[in-house]
Parts: sequence; C-alpha cells; structure tokens
Amino acid sequence: MSVDTKTVARIAHLARLKVPEEALEPMAGELNQILDWVEQLEEVNTDNVAPMTSVVHADLPRREDKITAGDQRDDVLKNAPDAQHGFFAVPKVIE
Amino acid sequence: MTKLIDMSIATALDHLEKGTFSSRELTECYLAAIEHGGSLNAFVTATPEKALEMADAADAARKSGDAGPMCGIPLAIKDLFCTDGVKTTASSRILGEFEPAYESTVTANLWRDGAVLLGKTSLDEFAMGSSNENSYFGPVENPWRAADGASRVPGGSSGGSAAAVAANLAAGATGTDTGGSIRQPASFSGIVGMKPTYGRCSRWGTIAFASSLDQAGPLTKTVEDAAIMLGSMAGFDPMDSTSIDRPVPDYRAALTGDVKGLKIGIPKEYRLDNAPAEILNLWDQGAQWLADAGAELVDISLPHTSYALPTYYIVAPAEASSNLARYDGVRYGIREAGDDLIDMYENTRAAGFGAEVRRRILIGTYVLSAGYYDAYYLKAQKVRTLIAQDFDSAFQDVDLVLTPTAPSDAFVAGAKSNDPIEMYLNDVFTVPASLAGLPGISVPSALSDEGLPLGLQLIGRPFDEETVLRAGQVLESAAEFTHRPTEWWKENA
Amino acid sequence: MSKLIPGATGDWEVVIGLEVHAQVTSNAKLFSGASTAFGAEPNTQVSLVDAAMPGMLPVINQTCVEQAVRTGLALEAEINLYSVFDRKNYFYPDLPQGYQISQFKQPIVGEGVITLDLPEGETKDVGIERLHLEQDAGKSMHDQHPNFTYVDLNRSGVALMEIVSRPDMRSAEEAGAYVRKLRTILRYIGTCDGNMEQGSMRADVNVSVRKPGDPLGTRCEIKNVNSIRFVQQAIEYEARRQIEVIEDGGVIEQQTRLFDVAKGVTRSMRSKEEAHDYRYFPDPDLLPLEFTAEWVDEVKASLPELPDAKKNRLMADFGLSVYDAGILVAEPETAAYFETAAEGRDAKQAANWIITNLFAALNEQGKSIIDSPVSAAQLGQLLDLIADDTISGRIAKDVFEVMIETGDDPAKIVEEKGLKQITDTGAIEAAVDDVIAGNPEQVAQYAGGENPKVIGWFVGQVMKATQGKANPGQVNTLLKEKLGG
Repeated sequence: MSVDTKTVARIAHLARLKVPEEALEPMAGELNQILDWVEQLEEVNTDNVAPMTSVVHADLPRREDKITAGDQRDDVLKNAPDAQHGFFAVPKVIE
Repeated sequence: MTKLIDMSIATALDHLEKGTFSSRELTECYLAAIEHGGSLNAFVTATPEKALEMADAADAARKSGDAGPMCGIPLAIKDLFCTDGVKTTASSRILGEFEPAYESTVTANLWRDGAVLLGKTSLDEFAMGSSNENSYFGPVENPWRAADGASRVPGGSSGGSAAAVAANLAAGATGTDTGGSIRQPASFSGIVGMKPTYGRCSRWGTIAFASSLDQAGPLTKTVEDAAIMLGSMAGFDPMDSTSIDRPVPDYRAALTGDVKGLKIGIPKEYRLDNAPAEILNLWDQGAQWLADAGAELVDISLPHTSYALPTYYIVAPAEASSNLARYDGVRYGIREAGDDLIDMYENTRAAGFGAEVRRRILIGTYVLSAGYYDAYYLKAQKVRTLIAQDFDSAFQDVDLVLTPTAPSDAFVAGAKSNDPIEMYLNDVFTVPASLAGLPGISVPSALSDEGLPLGLQLIGRPFDEETVLRAGQVLESAAEFTHRPTEWWKENA
Repeated sequence: MSKLIPGATGDWEVVIGLEVHAQVTSNAKLFSGASTAFGAEPNTQVSLVDAAMPGMLPVINQTCVEQAVRTGLALEAEINLYSVFDRKNYFYPDLPQGYQISQFKQPIVGEGVITLDLPEGETKDVGIERLHLEQDAGKSMHDQHPNFTYVDLNRSGVALMEIVSRPDMRSAEEAGAYVRKLRTILRYIGTCDGNMEQGSMRADVNVSVRKPGDPLGTRCEIKNVNSIRFVQQAIEYEARRQIEVIEDGGVIEQQTRLFDVAKGVTRSMRSKEEAHDYRYFPDPDLLPLEFTAEWVDEVKASLPELPDAKKNRLMADFGLSVYDAGILVAEPETAAYFETAAEGRDAKQAANWIITNLFAALNEQGKSIIDSPVSAAQLGQLLDLIADDTISGRIAKDVFEVMIETGDDPAKIVEEKGLKQITDTGAIEAAVDDVIAGNPEQVAQYAGGENPKVIGWFVGQVMKATQGKANPGQVNTLLKEKLGG
C-alpha cells in the first residue's frame, strides 16, 4: 500500500493539519517509509488471535450517579483563547 | 560530608530526619544547581518560589512529626504532568500558556508525601521521541559527554528529567514511559529509571500520548530511591478506569539483596546481529553478576520480539492521533486565525505541533482510516496479543527477563533526526515490555568505549515491581557504577 | 390508510428507519460527575473531563449502564454481557475531546422489537437493530453573534442511548407511532423523560423511496428532528422530494439533511458535506463493559409492568376497548391515575370520565395529568357519589367542573351547593304533576302515540324544574305511570 500526495492531503485534512502543497510530496515519502516498515507485520500469522483490548485484566470501574463536579466555569474558561459571555467563541460556523 | 545535591533520596531523608540540614537548605542547593545548569536546558519552567514554600512546609511537617515518606525531597517533574497553577506545556507550542486548574494524581501523591516541586522538565513534544530533540523549547543536553568532549542527547522522551537527575539538579524526577521513555534516557544518562506495570500509577492529569501504553515512573540516582519514589507515586485512582485497585507494597522493604534461586530469562531474540559488541558484552556481564549472586540463568525465547516496534508504531500513533485531537485552539492553548473554523483548526494545529508530532498524527490517522483499520490497527493489536503471550509463557519458567536497555550509548544530536525509523529503533529493547504492560527498570551498569553510560534492563511479571527492584539493586551493587559526568555545564553558567 | 404515494410514474413506497437519541435519566453525566439538569447558565455544568482538559479521563456512571440495560430489556432485546466503548473521531467545536465516546462494533444492547399501535387497533412490529450508549455533544449557537459561534458545553458528556430501528416503517404515521411508542416505553421504565422540547429525545430520520417490490433506494438522513410532528412533516416532504428528483430523471445522493421547521422543508447540510471517516477504535481509556446474566436478571425483575402488558391487562380485567386501553396506557401517569380511580368501581365509567371529561379539562388548562387539580382519588369519590345515587350523572358533570376549578372533594361541593339528588318520591311527584298540568299539548301528543319520544322532553322539563337534582330513573317511572304509558 503506497500513499500518494492526494492521500496525504486527505489524511491531513481529516487530522486538521495544514500541510502546504510543497510539503505533501516529502511527507508522502516519509509516511511510505514508515508504512513499508510496519507492513512486516503481514508476515505474522494472526488467525484466531484476539486483538488486545487492554493489558489490564480488571472490571471496568463504575462511578456512582452523584454530582461531584461542575459549577467551575472560571476554571473551564480561564485558558480559552476566546471566551465571550460565558461561552467559548469560535469563528462562525454555517450549517 | 558529600555535597547535598550529590546525595541519594534515601541518604537525604536520613539527614533530614536527623536534622543535619533542612529541606529548605537542600532545596536551595538544588535551585542554585538548576540556575547553574541552564545550558543543559533540562527545565522548561523552574518554580523556585513554590519550591521554597513547599520546603518550608515540609520542614514544618517534619518538626510536628508529620513527615511523609518523601518529606522535603526536591523533585523535578516532567512537563507532561499537569500541575495546579503551574504552566504545563508537554514541550509543545500548542499549549501556549496553559495553566491547569488541577494537579495530576501522581504529583498530588508526591506532594501528599512531602516532596517539593523544583520545576517542570523538558521532554520530546507530547512524549514523542527518543532524544529530547523534539521539544518546542529546544533540545536538552546530556550531562554526559563523550571522551572527545562531543555533546550527546539525553535520550527521550523524559530527557529533561533524566538530565536533571544525572546532573544533580534534582534529587529525583518523574517520567512517563510509553515505549521506553523512562528506561532509555535513564540508560543514556547513567541513572536508574523504572516503568511500573501499566495500571500501577494513575494516568489522571498526565497529558496523554498513547493511553494504552503510557505509564508514569521515577528517574533516580539509585534503585533504592526508585523504590521510595515509586511507593509514593503508585496507587489506585478511581479517576482512572485503567488504574488497578491493589495495595502498594513497601518497595523499599523488598530490597533484600537476595536473588538466590531467582530464575533470570535471557531472551535469544534480543541478541541483534547488528548490536554493538559492547552492548552484548555488558549483557553477558549482567547475567554473570546475577548468576554470581545466586540467580539461575535460563535461555528463553520471545519469538515475536522483532515485531514489537512496528506494532508499537501503529498502536501508539493511532491512539495519539485521537488523544491530540483536543488541541484545537478552542478551549486552551494557542489559536492561529483562519478564514473559517476549519482553517483555524488546520492553522492552529500545523503551527502548534512540531514535525514529529505531525508525522505521528498523520500515520495514526491513516492507520485508523476507512479501509486501512483492519490491515494496520487491528493487525497490530493482534500481534500485540502474541507479544504479551510470549511474556506470559516465559514467565511460566522465569521470574525476570534481563536485556540491554538500549541498542547503543547516547548518540550525537542530529544523528538520527533525518531518519524516523533509525530513531524508532532506539526503543527496540524497551517497547516489548510496554506493549505487554510489564514493569521494567534500567540500571546503569557500565561505561561504553566512548565513556558514556550504558544500562541493563530487567523486566518482571505484572505487579511484581518488588522482584524487579530487588534484582535491580543486586545488579547495581555488582556494577558499582560510580562514574560521574564532568560538570562542564557549570563553566557555561 | 393507503401507504403508497402516487407519483407521475406510478405508486411509490417510502421506507423509513429511525435513530432515536434518548437522553438517559441520571443525575450525573455518562463519564463525569457534572450535573445533567436542563437550563443552567452556559458552561456551569461542565467538569474538567467534559471540557477535555489535558490528562482528563472518563469513568463510567453505573446508573447510565443500568438504564441502558433496563431499556434493552423493555425492548425485549438481547443484552450483551460484553460490550466495548469506541471513539468516534471528528472535529467540531462542541465536541471537546475531538471524539465522541460511543459504541460501534459491540453495543450494550442487540436486537429487539417495538410493537406500534396503529389506528383501528391495528399493531405492527418494528425491529430494533441495536441500542448503544454514547456521550452527547455540547451546544453550538450560531445566531448569537455575527462573526462567532458560541459554544456551551453543559450537555457535553450527558449520556445518550442511541436506539436504531430497522427500516421497517412505511409511512409518516408509522414513524410517528414508533416515536410515540418508544417514548411511552422509556417513560414507563424511567430511563428517559421523553421531553422532546428540551431535546431529551431527538430523531435522525432515514428516508428512501422505491417502487413497491424494488430493492431499497438510496437514503437521506434528516438529522436532529425534535418533535413527532416534525418527524412526520419531514418524512412527507422528503419522500415527495425524492420522488420528484427520480421522476425528473435525477438520482438521490446519500446525504445528511436538516429539517427547516419554519419552511417545512428539508435541505442539505453544508457543514457535513464532506465524506465521513470517523476512525472508530476501542477507547484505550476504558476497559470492556462486562456484567453477569444474574445481574441482568435482577434488573429485569425490577422492571415495572410495560405498556403492552398493561394494555392487555386493562382490556382483560376491566373489559376496556382497545382504543380506551391504548389511550390510558400511553403515559404511565395516566395509567396509574386510571387504576386508582377505577379500583373497585365501574372501570368503563372511570375510563370514560378520564378520556372525555378529565382530558378536555386538562387540555383547556394546558396541564398534564401530573398537575391535575382533580386527583385520581377524588375522581373515584365522584364516581362513588354517582354509584350510590347521591348525585346524577348530569349533576356529576357540574360537580366535576367545580372540582377542576377548586380542587375540592366532590362530597364537599355537593354538600355546599346542595346538589344532592332528590329521591323523595313526594317531591318528585309534585314536580311531575306540575309539568303535566302545565303542558296539555304535549300530554295529548304522548297519549295519541304521535310522538312517543316526547317522554324525553317531559323528563327534561322535570329535571329543569328540580335544577337537575331529581333522580332521573324515578322521574321516568313516575311520568310513565301518570301519562299512562
């Protein structure tokens, strides 16, 4: 499987990373190098092998249905690049 | 008496208890050392005022008989742990001036036990790297230099923490280890680094790189110090669903020096054809030390070892691509303007993340994307199961596995920056235990031909940190690694 | 009811599947301890987890898990003892983590069924494909500022159940009946308040059209429709739109659309035009969700009687019609009201009073049965007064009106207003005599057999003379006697 510049552009957009046009080609090269290398896993027979879900063998802990957080708007907003009237503000989205 | 900053945590604790000196005095010595160690670039943020406040509080606690197990010990904290009211960067530009309103569980545990915060140490951005060259705040220098005086990388990603401990800028430091990020820099910097079992230390409040692998641990001058520090860091945390609810043993008490009858596995697959002879020789030497102490050496096979790195470089970037989606310029960190929302996202993330982080996000996004998930991500998780099973079966027969920590000594800055895979190969001996979630320690064991430190790694059964530490200390005693780097950085101060 | 839609080229069949997002009734969110209460100031019910601060981790709320299992059991669905939480990755300002924690390959609940109640007592089974737990997103407000979208994360992380139907519905009415029935079930078991105005229930509506017998057509998904009426309107519009496109020689593109409430039309969503690639993978911050069959049995044992069972019981035990039983079980509160009022009494009469009189009165006041000024016990007392002949059915209606106004007990009203029925034969006889004496023309009509129905007119006159208090039975008997019936 080889990645072309179009694929890099698509993946970069999915990941919301701006990759300038001239960087697509070198990036495709780097990604292909890494992908070629990881593809050695194809040699491993994984028939009837379950994928790892977690190295931890335990029950998923559950919390009680109690209100233990909230009412901390200042903490929530204090690092925001743009907060207005208690909201986070972002460039306008048109649906 | 040795200089205060040369002391191990254990020794310093004895003196603090006896009243030879106070935590404030000890802390002041370290703060001065940090000031003189600026050219190492180990710290992103020093917190001298907070340090002195905490030291005074520790002294007061000791006076009133409330001294915790780390009372008054000044520590450096990898800048991946969120610290309440102290800027936290992950060595990334994208977090800007981010100041958490919360404290990570691991650091909170340390402060509970009386430790003192000296500052936040540099790392490879978001813990992605093996040289600490991927920091927005510039590379960290290894306190160790080659015989010819050439500078070296401290390893990574916990390179700032490793350098700080190696240069006596802190009594100990926290690190995080995803694929070797504690053990490899410990090996490069001539100190002890321990990654406990996945689930032993809480991940809450530690900035995530790869959630199924990330685990906090100590970087210290001695194995005993690692035992003391891990005892404070570890513990069940109901806020982390992957944290394990079992009591924290007295790790220091486990250091009996007795490894008689312990079975030490020597995995043949780690004997890489292209590994330097000095690495292989040290490995043999380490095995001999343990045998001399009464342990039994057992040849074992971990057949899927060679697939660990490619597995890791699918799983870790995949998780990272998702974990790092939250850095979007909306709630914290920097924002770069754009024509519209999507443009703002793309500009912010392109400007905020460094090259290696961007590369891993792209790889991770690709291997999870439609049509490729099964071939890459699912396949890797299956191979991961096989790798974990390799260890499971080995541990039917042996108590520990002994390997080199890294395939080389510390390399020259820039030597591997142009070839990502060359860089990734640094983690060849550390990644398998990470994938299986097992505890591992790196113990400084010898100097290379170039006069640089080399470590040996011990890997244990899940939650058997005690045996790992016990045998680690036996290695440490046998190796008698007392070398120190020349303190060149002081001349530059 | 014809289900087919006539087009220029013949009849068309509309095929509908629904994905309903139902907010789980819980105090705290799915993975954090922040409150789920509706209507708080922006960003005041946001924990550091909900804001996706660096290093924050999810811990699941046991009650939300139990609610999902209850719902699955109520839908007669398979409960999966092992399920997995996945991350669904996409960027949006009201999705702080950059992913939604959801369940993709292994949901908590598998296949089930809902029986729709259609007009004329008909029923239809609609398959449930799955139910899974997921986090709600925050709220983006696009109309508060000319240049900015404002983001409120209060809803971020609230537990939702996504309930996915099979494409088994064939008309807007069936879709409406589906949502109504689902809402009824959720309210019965208390797992969702079903309040569509507050967004506790929203539907994504999948619509496609085909010629009867043809394979399924390309579907369009109408997102986030928040009332049953809009669901139906959106389907009607969308089906016609698709038919027109196809009949004009076009093809339907698979699309996400919005329902424009003001215009009653669906339109393509600009922001969702690009192809989705959600990159689902198991959330490494969570372990698989596992529980035992014994625990599921315990949950099952704790379920209340479900609407279908209750309906059948009301029909069997009380002899109610399908129609009446259906109305009474639609809301658990109504069913409870009925059962209290009907206990030990004439159940059909109780049903009539509720469906006719009580509902009309509540409707007029804009109140729900929970806020009814007349309690079920009070309605029961009123029925008792009718049964023991204290008042007539007609007077009871007057008494009921006063009860609605004042909330007073019926006995008190009857006493105070002197509405007690006249059963004293002498008094009634006098009134009857007066009426007969005063209306010789009608007496003649009756006697001549020209108009036997005039007896009713006489009863009315007597009732009028006694302000309705005379016992109608007695009046009837006396009149017949005296008129020589």
